[in-house]
Amino acid sequence: MDESKHVKIVIRGFDTKIRQFRSRLYEIKERKFASVLDALIHIKEKRDATVSFRYSCRMGICGSCAMVINGKPRLACETNVFKELESRDSIVVAPMEGHPILKDLVNDFDDFFEDHKSVKPWLFRKDKKEKFAAKKEYKQSEKERDGFLTFSECIKCGLCYDACPVVNTNRDFIGPQALSQAYRYYKDSRDQAGQSRLIEVDSLKGAWGCEFSGSCSKVCPKGVDPALAIQSLKFEIIKNGFLGKLNKPEQRIKKK
Amino acid sequence: MMEVLKYDVVVLGSGLAGMRAALEAARASKGRLRIAVISKLHAMRSHSVAAEGGISGVLYPKKNKDNERLHAFDTIKGSDYLADQDAVQLLVKNAPNEIKLFDHLGVPWNRLDDARIGQRPFGGMSVPRTAFAADKTGFFMMSALYDTLLEFSNVDFFHEHLATAMIMNKNDFKGIFTMDMATRDTVFFSSGNGIIATGGFARIYQFTTTSYSSTGDGIALAYNAGLPLKDMEFVQFHPTALIPSGILITEAARGEGAYLLNAKGERFMKKYAASKMELAPRDIVSRAIYSEFAAGMGVTDSRFGDIEHVQLDLRHIGDRDIDEKLPMIKEISIKQLGIDPSKEPLPVRPAAHFTMGGIHVGIDGNVLSVSGKKVSGLWAAGECGCVSVHGANRLGSNSLSQCVIWGKITGEKAAKRALARSKTTLPLVGRLYDEEGKINILLTKNGSESPYEIRRELWAAMERDVNVYRNNAGLRRALKTVHELKERFKDVSVEDKSKVYNTNLRDTVEIGNMIGLAETVITGAINRKESRGAHAMHEYPSRDDKNFLKHSIMYKKKEGITLEYVKVKITNWKPEARHY
Repeated sequence: MDESKHVKIVIRGFDTKIRQFRSRLYEIKERKFASVLDALIHIKEKRDATVSFRYSCRMGICGSCAMVINGKPRLACETNVFKELESRDSIVVAPMEGHPILKDLVNDFDDFFEDHKSVKPWLFRKDKKEKFAAKKEYKQSEKERDGFLTFSECIKCGLCYDACPVVNTNRDFIGPQALSQAYRYYKDSRDQAGQSRLIEVDSLKGAWGCEFSGSCSKVCPKGVDPALAIQSLKFEIIKNGFLGKLNKPEQRIKKK
Repeated sequence: MMEVLKYDVVVLGSGLAGMRAALEAARASKGRLRIAVISKLHAMRSHSVAAEGGISGVLYPKKNKDNERLHAFDTIKGSDYLADQDAVQLLVKNAPNEIKLFDHLGVPWNRLDDARIGQRPFGGMSVPRTAFAADKTGFFMMSALYDTLLEFSNVDFFHEHLATAMIMNKNDFKGIFTMDMATRDTVFFSSGNGIIATGGFARIYQFTTTSYSSTGDGIALAYNAGLPLKDMEFVQFHPTALIPSGILITEAARGEGAYLLNAKGERFMKKYAASKMELAPRDIVSRAIYSEFAAGMGVTDSRFGDIEHVQLDLRHIGDRDIDEKLPMIKEISIKQLGIDPSKEPLPVRPAAHFTMGGIHVGIDGNVLSVSGKKVSGLWAAGECGCVSVHGANRLGSNSLSQCVIWGKITGEKAAKRALARSKTTLPLVGRLYDEEGKINILLTKNGSESPYEIRRELWAAMERDVNVYRNNAGLRRALKTVHELKERFKDVSVEDKSKVYNTNLRDTVEIGNMIGLAETVITGAINRKESRGAHAMHEYPSRDDKNFLKHSIMYKKKEGITLEYVKVKITNWKPEARHY
């Protein structure tokens, strides 16, 4: 037996021609277990080939299909259509507004990727030759790994950016994603950058820009908890005695 | 607008093979070469992120009673003796250091008590030799590799640039023609050295574990440029894809002890592979599931729309091990179906997963021409390059080793060649305007065929007739359908006429690629009158080493396909009967 339902999907996309948002309503038949992404693909194939959205793996690991669904920033592939309709009679999808918008539901990620890069998200090693032509193992206990594992689950979907009130009002703030990655590498027992990672984010653009609303952790679909990472960075900065240098924050961020 | 960018090395594709190639090229060049990584996605989102179970390699010969010879033998037996054995030997030799490399790049491996890298059992492997980071190994390797490349100022990423042509001048590679998705501007990447690393094409099937992006674009570009493809008929069906979505439930679930159960609750694998049970190679397990269906032993459940399936039972593994080693499949099962695998079995059935065939390359990943000669300055690595380490059937966790090893080899080769001869010449500008024109025509003409309707019919034909079990009549019917779709595609219509982020145009280009590749899959299958690995023919149930211990080679000639065969390289292991 095929349990299907007629569902209403409103796409509140950005129209590049008129440079403003435009809502379009589609009524389609959707099966149980269908995700909002399935519904969008369905609309594109059968109703309106001009609808644009970004997607790929449809299993919550590539980070492509972040959008705002019924007011909440989420991955379309992880949002079940029927479940959404338990408490309302239509589903409204819109692009994230914490990132620039290219078209329809598609955001521009250039700035987001630059912020990620700004925290030097790679392992610093003194043994460069061994690092890139490995012959031995760097040992790491499960306990050491567990110190950063949560933060390494980031799929760069950009939802935390969208949810962050600071990112939305201050474009200089490098944001929860980048800061969580600064902490991820700081905590990796194989990393040898040491305190320089703290110095790099000891600024208003960095960790001190966070006002701890916690919304980043609330929307993260992978449980990364950037808010915890940022508070931990603040704690480490204070513990290591860097706080006094805060009065000249701009000098603390090295230009790329 | 058309832009021309010059690079010493261009890498098309940003999965594990492509980014590993870029890393090696960057390293080998010591900052002296400029390298472009071109991706139709955001680079870090390539399908390699979906690899779950792990990467194979002999790390601890003593502890695991393992050695490279055994890894090679397992792989060759798994391939049903179609693998090129010299390439397999190269794989097993290089795999351990690649695993260690990814340790150095930041992968959070699951660890042993003594802080070394943990390994688990996998299908067709005699001993535990699959290193893993939970069930997100591909994701973690991709994150580490992308992050690592950000350190190299001579590597430039070009996100969301869709390649529409590979430009050649006779036997020389000249560059890649692309369209920037954000603007619809075209960009020609002019380079004398190219590495194609665009992955497989399992998306020619509807029910597949793969990302929507796995449309085999790079293979199609090579094919359209007149280059030969190898062993295209061999498509791997993974036994355990979740219904109804097709999302992969990793083989590691069975590696950690999960059972496959039929309608009677029996572990039916005892009938098909008594010694390996659920950890038999994938071709055997997928056939076993279809045999159970045929015997009326499939499970149906109205909750899942009565789609026939078998059950994957993880309950006895326990919460602790599931959370530690298989957290993603638990998350997926709960989010997609509302089922916790520690409490209830998962409904699974076989789905198209991996394409053993691809661009015809030699052992060093160098693309070979129709005459068997090396194409100057062109390599292919990863799933798109058929170096033939998997033969007729790949063993689980050998794909990640293949990706990174041939990524490394080709990256180094390309860099060395670029360092030795720095000048590249532009091809005739007319050729570039031809490619620009093709995109314009596709975008502006008013055809009558929906690309999605064409894709739906392609999917239906492939699902019905080119699946786990195949027969002559079905294959001929599928070929006829594909020929018709190819004709209809000439009248395809791109409804979205806009320039910014036009996914309708992208989909149409991909669907054109998929039709071409499907035709080679079916043609290869019709002509291989035997059953070997993933290719199981109703009329020819046995392997026929006398006539078919050879690779099929297909290339385009005008509108038709020319089919030839080349020898399999046998070094140490003579073909023998394959029992598990």
